[in-house]
Amino acid sequence: MFVVVVGCGRVGAQVARALVDDGHDVNVIDQNAEALQRLGSDFPGEFVQGVALETTVLEAAGIERADAFVAATNGDNTNVVIAQVARDRYQVECVIVRVLDPARARFYEERGLVTVCPTRTAIDRMAGALRDFAATAGEGA
Amino acid sequence: MYAIIVGGGKVGANVGRALLRMGHEVSIVEARPSRFATLESEFEHMARYGDGTEIFVLEAAGMARADVCIAVTGDDEDNIVIGQVARDHFGVENVVARVNDPRNQEHFDLLGVAPTVCATESILSLIEHEVPQHSLVHLFSLRRENLDIMEIGVVAESRADGATVDGLPMPRGTLVISVLRNRVGRVADPGTTLAAGDQVVVIAEPGQESALMEIFARE
Repeated sequence: MFVVVVGCGRVGAQVARALVDDGHDVNVIDQNAEALQRLGSDFPGEFVQGVALETTVLEAAGIERADAFVAATNGDNTNVVIAQVARDRYQVECVIVRVLDPARARFYEERGLVTVCPTRTAIDRMAGALRDFAATAGEGA
Repeated sequence: MYAIIVGGGKVGANVGRALLRMGHEVSIVEARPSRFATLESEFEHMARYGDGTEIFVLEAAGMARADVCIAVTGDDEDNIVIGQVARDHFGVENVVARVNDPRNQEHFDLLGVAPTVCATESILSLIEHEVPQHSLVHLFSLRRENLDIMEIGVVAESRADGATVDGLPMPRGTLVISVLRNRVGRVADPGTTLAAGDQVVVIAEPGQESALMEIFARE
């Protein structure tokens, strides 16, 4: 499949690399040209520098023929807006969006977006680990 | 009426002042600490500190009982999210949003955040109004009502030149509302005779531009 990843930070870059390793075609968008370094010199896909709210940038990255779209910039609002643009304007079949704020993640999930909320995951894991400890340590802990 | 303004810059603060003068209840949500301090000294408890794209901030401001939400931050993605959350999470009936970059207008339209106001577009249509490059200028769009208000110059030898207003072969869904001559505007009278150089203001359903050009602009 062909995937467009927006946001080439730690998350976006590693998602792009993982997909390439699986044999998929991946293009990446980031507004910062230096973000390209995170992909490594052997990254086979295209890197487009630009603001992903601009449709010319999305189209330069090939969104019109994308099977999947990943919105992973460091801005929650940018992510949910471009994800909806990918879904509603370009009819991308699979759209995945990173949202750090759990409340906004839930709101957009109810509106049909596939959201990944690292904050929610961290809360659940931390609370879970502490509960496990409390259970094994007994009442004294 | 209770209005919540998100974004307390020049636009938000002035909209707040105007609504207060009209006797409405107002809250202004601002995320920048220094700007918030300035707002608080003027608006006191009506200024609220917080990121207006966070649901709990809007909840604390009373969005659930707001009659109007005005999203006027400097970031278009924020204004879109504020508009969607106000409408779909809190059930606010009236949302007004500011478009900072006119290239983002299509996103507001696609995602149903309307009506919108865009300073760049307003300035451009004013320039077109003052220094027309074309004989047809869009003055204002009532997007939700699906109506456009536009100005058209009457060209010499066109069908409109020398015709009376009620004698014009106006297409369905269009109406001449005023005539501007020698910088004086008058509400259109059925008996007014048009002449080359007049500017007429027409209210029309979308897609009537070429039919109107046939009447007013084609020699």
